Order: sequence, then structure tokens, then C-alpha cells
Amino acid sequence: MSAVDQVTAALDRIKRLDPQLKCILRTQDAAAPIKSGDGLLQGVPIAIKDNICTHDGITTCGSKMLANYRSPYDAHVVERLRAAGAVIVAKTNCDEFAMGSSTEHSAFFPTRNPWNPECVPGGTSGGSAAAVAARLVPYALGSDTGGSVRQPAALCGVCGLKPTYGRVSRYGLVAHASSLDQIGPIATDVRGIARMLQVIAGHDPRDSTSAHEPVPDYLAALDQSTGKLCIGVPREYFGDGLDPEIRRAVEAAIETYKSLGATIREVSLPHSKYTIACYYIISTAEASSNLARFDGVRYGHRTANPRDYIDVYSSSRAEGFGPEVKRRIMLGTYALSSGYYDAYYSKALKVRTLIKRDFNEAFSQCDILLSPTSPTPAFKIGEKSDDPLAMYLADIYTTSISLAGIPAISIPCGLTASRLPIGLQLMATHFGEVRLLQAAHQYQSATAFHTATPPVCAE
Amino acid sequence: MQIKPIIGLEIHVQLATRTKMFCACPLEFAAEPNSRTCPVCLGMPGTLPVMNRTALEYSIKAGIALGGRIARFSKWDRKSYYYPDMPKNYQISQYDLPICSEGSFEIPKPDGSTRPVGIIRAHLEEDAGKNLHEGLDHTRVDLNRAGTPLLEIVTKPDIQDADEAYSFCVELQRLVQWLGISEANMQKGQMRFEPNVNVAITDGGVEYRTPISEVKNLNSFRSVRLAIAYEINRQVEAWKADHDYTLAKKGKMNFGWNDAKEATEFQRGKEESHDYRYFPDPDLVPVTVDDATLARLGAEVGELPLARQRRFIDTYGMTAKDCEVILADRATSELYDDAIAQVADAKLLTKQFVGIWNHLASARQSTIAGLGVPQVSVVELAKIVADGTISASAAMQVAEKLCEKGGSALEIAQSAGLIQERDESAMQAWIDQAFTENPQAVADALSDNPKKSKAAPGFLRGQVMKISQGKADPKLTGELIEKKILSLKC
Amino acid sequence: MPAPIDESQVRHIAHLARIKLTDAEVAAFGAQFANILKHFETLSEVNTDGVEPTAHPLPITNVLRDDEPVEPIGVEAALANAPARETPYFKVPKVLDQETA
Repeated sequence: MSAVDQVTAALDRIKRLDPQLKCILRTQDAAAPIKSGDGLLQGVPIAIKDNICTHDGITTCGSKMLANYRSPYDAHVVERLRAAGAVIVAKTNCDEFAMGSSTEHSAFFPTRNPWNPECVPGGTSGGSAAAVAARLVPYALGSDTGGSVRQPAALCGVCGLKPTYGRVSRYGLVAHASSLDQIGPIATDVRGIARMLQVIAGHDPRDSTSAHEPVPDYLAALDQSTGKLCIGVPREYFGDGLDPEIRRAVEAAIETYKSLGATIREVSLPHSKYTIACYYIISTAEASSNLARFDGVRYGHRTANPRDYIDVYSSSRAEGFGPEVKRRIMLGTYALSSGYYDAYYSKALKVRTLIKRDFNEAFSQCDILLSPTSPTPAFKIGEKSDDPLAMYLADIYTTSISLAGIPAISIPCGLTASRLPIGLQLMATHFGEVRLLQAAHQYQSATAFHTATPPVCAE
Repeated sequence: MQIKPIIGLEIHVQLATRTKMFCACPLEFAAEPNSRTCPVCLGMPGTLPVMNRTALEYSIKAGIALGGRIARFSKWDRKSYYYPDMPKNYQISQYDLPICSEGSFEIPKPDGSTRPVGIIRAHLEEDAGKNLHEGLDHTRVDLNRAGTPLLEIVTKPDIQDADEAYSFCVELQRLVQWLGISEANMQKGQMRFEPNVNVAITDGGVEYRTPISEVKNLNSFRSVRLAIAYEINRQVEAWKADHDYTLAKKGKMNFGWNDAKEATEFQRGKEESHDYRYFPDPDLVPVTVDDATLARLGAEVGELPLARQRRFIDTYGMTAKDCEVILADRATSELYDDAIAQVADAKLLTKQFVGIWNHLASARQSTIAGLGVPQVSVVELAKIVADGTISASAAMQVAEKLCEKGGSALEIAQSAGLIQERDESAMQAWIDQAFTENPQAVADALSDNPKKSKAAPGFLRGQVMKISQGKADPKLTGELIEKKILSLKC
Repeated sequence: MPAPIDESQVRHIAHLARIKLTDAEVAAFGAQFANILKHFETLSEVNTDGVEPTAHPLPITNVLRDDEPVEPIGVEAALANAPARETPYFKVPKVLDQETA
């Protein structure tokens, strides 16, 4: 297909299928001329999570606060994509300010899982994952703070990568938790992930936390031999609360790796049970500060008739933010407030060190760690909305990786009996993306789970 | 009853970088509102800060000059509070690891001695924008200043009175200008002061301490002195009226300064304790300072103004007045210091700096170094006066030309006909002419009347100068006239 | 570990965070926070004596920029998203007091 055809096809599919899925918040102006060239993504239509700034059109972060916000600049990743010839065709739905695990916390509407429209697509990059799953676009970008690319990828049956912290510039990603946020690609297969990563990875002088590490040829690496893999299986990731169907699928994946010649070794991540507390203290603390700028002064929602200037803040924020965002800002404010800092925030930073050490220890015994991505498959829309803690606890397998800053990918490894996708999570050491993608690609070369399409694709 | 004031200062100094602390917006005073802004300093979603190397280095230089310990590991913290001129609603600052701590800074005393004032810390932080509401029923926000690098210096409560606080501020201004790290221009708000004042009162063997007043946002040396003096007096009077007016009972209070009334004013509603929720900024990485950097910056700091002043007084016999001119700025003092090694007569060079060069600089509203006359010309001018090639009075004309056009002092003097004639035969001819044309004066010189014989040679010398159109070396002329009179007498 | 959160604390935190809450929200958040904070407090079981905090996942230091100016975006772009403006200023109701935290 020509570049123009690919873009037209994507826009047509969005028009036809998205009304039932609600992945897309806005399609971008299709009148923009499609340039010819030989970029790695020449003419490829791409959907971008709506917390990543694009200079054309609106960037809402899934929030009423930014319902009409026009960014004056393109995010670093968007610049890179455009330079590689990609066409940004749509901005995707997400949980407000990337806080949630279901995309139900979008201020606009919930997105539906292409495998079952009564279920959530996961979150927070639910719109991006569902759009790729429904084959609306070949590739999308999400952002991952504690699992927000990997978990929706798992729940929608696609691949999603959270790169090493610092691998991809955060410039232009609206910050949720700065020490955890990474932008990551979503695609149907590992080759697509590698192609996207190739384009977006690399140093950016505008992000002080961006790494100088050279960018290897990820695509070429896929076709090279992985050598003999040693895969570690953290025993804490197979405990209570893991859905039995998911356990069976992941155990089957371990068998597949064995059959491919990998050595399997049980390892331990002893501080796993403290991950959720540690993650939510740090992420809410950072978020409470990062979101202070949304005050109705320079941009964003302002309350209609403020009593005074303080009311501009308090009422604009009360009206502009949804309940989950308010909850997290308040939790984070509490964790940083005088008298509580040591017990919460400072303690969590130390536990974070211990969690990092657990991974260092585990990776001294193996190349790759393997686990489920999510303890459960996609749940019904509305099922968990009254119990925030239950929603937080579902991030059990993804948040520790974010705390350690290491890369991890979720790839499809089966379907439940009720035909909901199951995700397999693979992890590697800092900047170990080549090994990680090779391991994931090896699995996809031997299995066909990633080729399964949701029923909506038959329409 | 004994009264001992306890005074500490918090001073904000704006650093003279070209760009803001965390973005590349140019710093410019009085630019069109909000025209010096970008997504970063506007706090727009998705933007990130990147630290200005020069601002960091300036702060380290200040730390070295303040005799402080430079943190080998430092970091950035967020200080949270909501205010319309704070785009992110947090300020990037340094909390528990300031770039400089535990310093000591010498200030001059009126008797010529110096006294150290302890420095608790100096740290870097970004400035806020401006809220403007004078004469309006609403507030306008200008964010041009938002993100400007500031150095906050906190002294120990070592300062003994308002005059000493005044000298501290003046000396600090000289220091930061000297180091080239700040223009420290008061009119532009580049130096702002917050004194903390209270008084220890000893009465009947018991010591009472009055509540600490923090006087906010003073922007002149004068207001610092007046506000402190006012507070000391006010606190003592308040204590006299009510012995419960103590720190233990009343705590710390904030005051504003009313410049028209020359009085402090209590600021209501500010007792609420702040909860700034400091935490390390995750968008910025820590800073480490290695030995090489510290050595390089230490060398750039060099000799401090007060030390150089002491050396100039001891070595070159300068007066306080000379110091005021020659140490007004670093470049001028260095011009002098480099020139003096090549000029034998220190007094003459000093005189030329304080006289000729200072005069020309003032006329051009410049510093002496700012005149742009190269050191080699400054040295040459001093030399040709010292050896009598030109007269001291002709030096001014030559200096003026050096400022305007540059070039060689000697060549300027030659083309302006300012070279003093020292050839004895040429001079003899002028002298003979003067003697011929002024027989009365010659007669007076030879007379026995002591009054007349004493005045006449001077008159004759004047005539020679006139005939020679000022070219005759006056000293040599005098000698030759004396000689001629003596020969006529015999 | 600190005592569980009560309604007055919820209101104080909401004030610090500049979020106006309804009474119903105060009650709901209070109950949820009690649960969540109880979970957070499991961290007190971990011995962290002598453990350095991790504020950044990567050990990067000294990221510094040259002091070279770049053209600003201009007044119109700066104000383009402002909910209220009085060109060339942003406009807010009158600020009467000084900073409050």
C-alpha cells in the first residue's frame, strides 16, 4: 500500500469501528500532505496517547482540565516520528493524566476492549492498546508509569514495551510521576515494537534524565541469534491472587521457552509485597507536585465566577479534575506533608533501593525475568470503580519494574476460556532492550498468539 | 538595662547569566511583559528543566568567595506553594544540600579594620514572575522574570547594628560585581534583602529576647539600615511597655517596609505555618563538583576586593580615597596591579589613576578599565611623565586622545607638540631671548633686594615657557636660568 | 506510623492541594484513605537502616546546558491558552495577601 493509502485505510477503519470501541479522542487533520521519503516509518499511520503533546490540535490528557488545550510544541517522540515519515492520525483515549488501570477514568468516555466490549481495555494507555488490537492503526504510543503500556497491551492481546527509564525522552509527555514515566510503543508483534523503538529511542538534551547510551540496531538484532537464554521466574509473581487461567498460560509459555532451549531458574524478588505501597507513595507524591501547574491561570479550565484568586485554584481544580486524580493528588500531598514525609515518602525511596537491589540480585542469575503482566484478564467496565485500593493492587506485577527503571515487554501468550487475552511479561536489565526484544521475538517465532485478532476485526 | 541587637540577613542576588536557570529564554529587564517566555518557564504541560551551567558556576564562585564549604554532591528540590506568578506552583530550589554552607565574610569597619560575618548557607533557586495590581481591581501576571537564577545567601545572626548590616550589603554588592556574577543593580531589583531582627535586653541580671521580626523585600541599602534601626527601637519600646513582648511568648513575625513613612508595618495573616513539601526534583539530576572544577573556579575568584585593598595600602601606600577609585571594580584594580610592576613610581601611577583616568571615566560614565585604554598605553603615559618627556599637565591631553583614538602615548604627545624640549642648546637660545627681552627682570635677579632676586627667576622661567610654547622642560629651564644668573653675577 | 486520617486532615490536605471538596467527597476520601494508608504503612515492616534513598532510577549527574539564549515563543503564543488575559498579561482576580502555603 502507498503511504496515502495506508493513512486513508486507517482513517476509514477508525470511522467504521471506533464508534463502538471509543479508542480515539480525535483524528488529526488528514489534509496534511503526506511526504515521500525513505524514513523508517514513511507514511505509516500512528496513534498517540493524548498525554503526549502534538503542536497541531488539542492535547487533553483525558481530562476536562485540558479539554481545549493546544500545546505550542511537539513532544520529542512526535518530532522523531514525524522525522521518520510517520503520520500522526489520531490521539487516543486514556485515564485522566495517566492515572488508573482501565481507561474508565477518562473524563470523556470509557474505551471498550476489542475482545469484549463489556470489558475494559486496561489502562492507562487503553485507547492506544485497543486501537492496535482492533487494527485501526499498526502502531501506537502509550506511556507507562507503573504498567500503563504493558497492562493494556496484555488485556487487549498486543505487544507493549516500557523501555529503560531514560531510553526515550520524556520531553512533551505530560508528567504523571517523573521518576517513573516512560513512553513506550504498542504493536501487534515484536518487530513492530523494535521498529518504533528504533525511531523514538535516544538522547534528548531537553530531558535531563535522558540517557546518553548509544541506540543499537534493534531491528537487525531480532534476526540475530539470542544465544542460550537463561530465564528467571520470580516465585513471588505466582502467588495468591493470580488467576488460574493466567497461571496456566504463563506456565505454558515457560514450557515453550524450555522447548526452545532456554534454561529456566526460579529466582526471588523478596520485597515484592511492598511494591504497591512503595510505588503509590512515590508516584502520588510526584504527581501531586507535577499537577500543581494545572491551576486555571495560564491554560486549562478556569471556574466561571471565582470568588478570589485562591478560588481560581481550588474551584478550577475541583471542577477540572476527576475523582481518581483528586485522590492521588491528595494522597501525594499527604505523603509529602510536614510530619508524614519521613514515614511515607522518605521511607518509600529507601524501599525503592531495596527493590532495585532485588532485581540486581535476580539478574546476576539470569538474562531475562518472566512473569504474568496482570493477575487477571480484562474485567467488566464499572467492576472496580468503587474500590481504588483493589485497582491499585492489580498493578502488582508491573510497578516494581518501573521502580527499578528496567525495561519490560508484555506479549500475548494465550486467551482465557471466555476469549480474553493473556499477557506474558519479560524483563531485562537497564538498557537490555536488545536481549529483551530477542527473547520476545523468539517466543513469537515459535507461537501464533500474537496473530489472533479480536472479533471486531471480522466486521 | 543593656541592649544588644541580634541581626541576620537573607539576601537574594540575581545572577548575571544570559539565560534563565532552566530554559534558554534571554534575561532582559523591562522587556514587553511575557515576551521572554517559553513553554518551560511558562510551566506548560510536558516541559522539563535543564540546568544552566553558568548559573551553577557563578553560585560556586560566590560560595568560594564567601569562604564557604562547596557541596561536592548537591541536588535540586521542589518547594511547593501556589501563587499566580509561580508557573509550576513549585519553585526549584535547594533544601538540605545547598551548594555552599558554613562560610564567613569579612566586612570593613569604619576604623579601617574588618570583622567576619558568618554565612549559614548560599543556595541557588529560580525567581518567580511578577504579580502587578497597583491601581487595578485585578492582578496582571508577567512571567518574564520567572526562572531567573537567584543566589540566596543567609547570614548567621552575627550582625551587631544597622550600620554593620549596611556595610555587609555594600561589601556583598562589591563582591558579586567584582566576581562578575551579578550586576547587583538595586533599581532593577537584582539585590533584595530580608533582615531578621531582634534584641537581647538585659535588665536586673535577667536577659529577655524580643520576638524576631523578618522585614520582607527591601531593595536598597538605605532601607536596610533604616528598617533595622527602626525595628531595634520599636522592639525595645514594645518590651518596655510590655515585658511579655518576647520571642518565647510571641514567636516570629513578618513585617513590610513603608518607604514613605520610613517605618515597618506588621503583616497580618502570615503567621500560618508553611508546609512547603520539599522533595528532590525528579526532573533534574544531582550535581557533583570535582577537584578540578573547584580549582578552576577558585582561580577565577582570585584575590577578593578587601584583601587586595589591604595589599594596595600596604605595598603602594594608597589612601582610602585612592582605594575607592582604584578598587571600584576588579578590572580597574587589575589594570593598576599589572601596570604598577612596570612603572617605578607607584605614587605617580596612583595619581594618574585617581586624577586623569578617573576624571575621564567619570566624564564617560565608565569605569577606568572600561575606557578601553590598553595597559601598555597606561604604562607608557606614566613613564613619559616620570622621565620628563611630557609635563604632568600635558598628560591629561594625551590620555584624552588615548581614550578617543588609542595609539601610542608618545606619538600622540609628539604630534600634539607636547614633548618637552631638553636639548640644552635649543633651550639656551630661548633663555637668551628671554634675558634680552626682559632686562628689568634680569636686573632684579642680580639686585641685592632679596624679594626681587627671589621672584625674578620664576618670572623668567615663565617667559621661557611662553617663548617655547610650553615645550621647554620646566625643571631643566629653572636649572639653566639659575646657572645663567650665577654666571652673570660673577 | 502516623495515626489514621480524619476529616479535618482531609480538609487540610485538600487546602494544601488547592482542591475544593464537597462534604460528601471529604467523607468518601477519608474512608478510602484509611484503607490505602493502612496498606502504605506495611512499609514500616521493612528494615531500611543504612539504606540510601533512590530518587532517580539511573545514576546520572551533572546534566548542564550552555548559557546560550534561544528566541522565546512570543507573547501571543504564551497567552494563547490563557482562560483570561489582558494582553500582554495573564489576568487573575486581585491578589491581596502574600504567598500562602
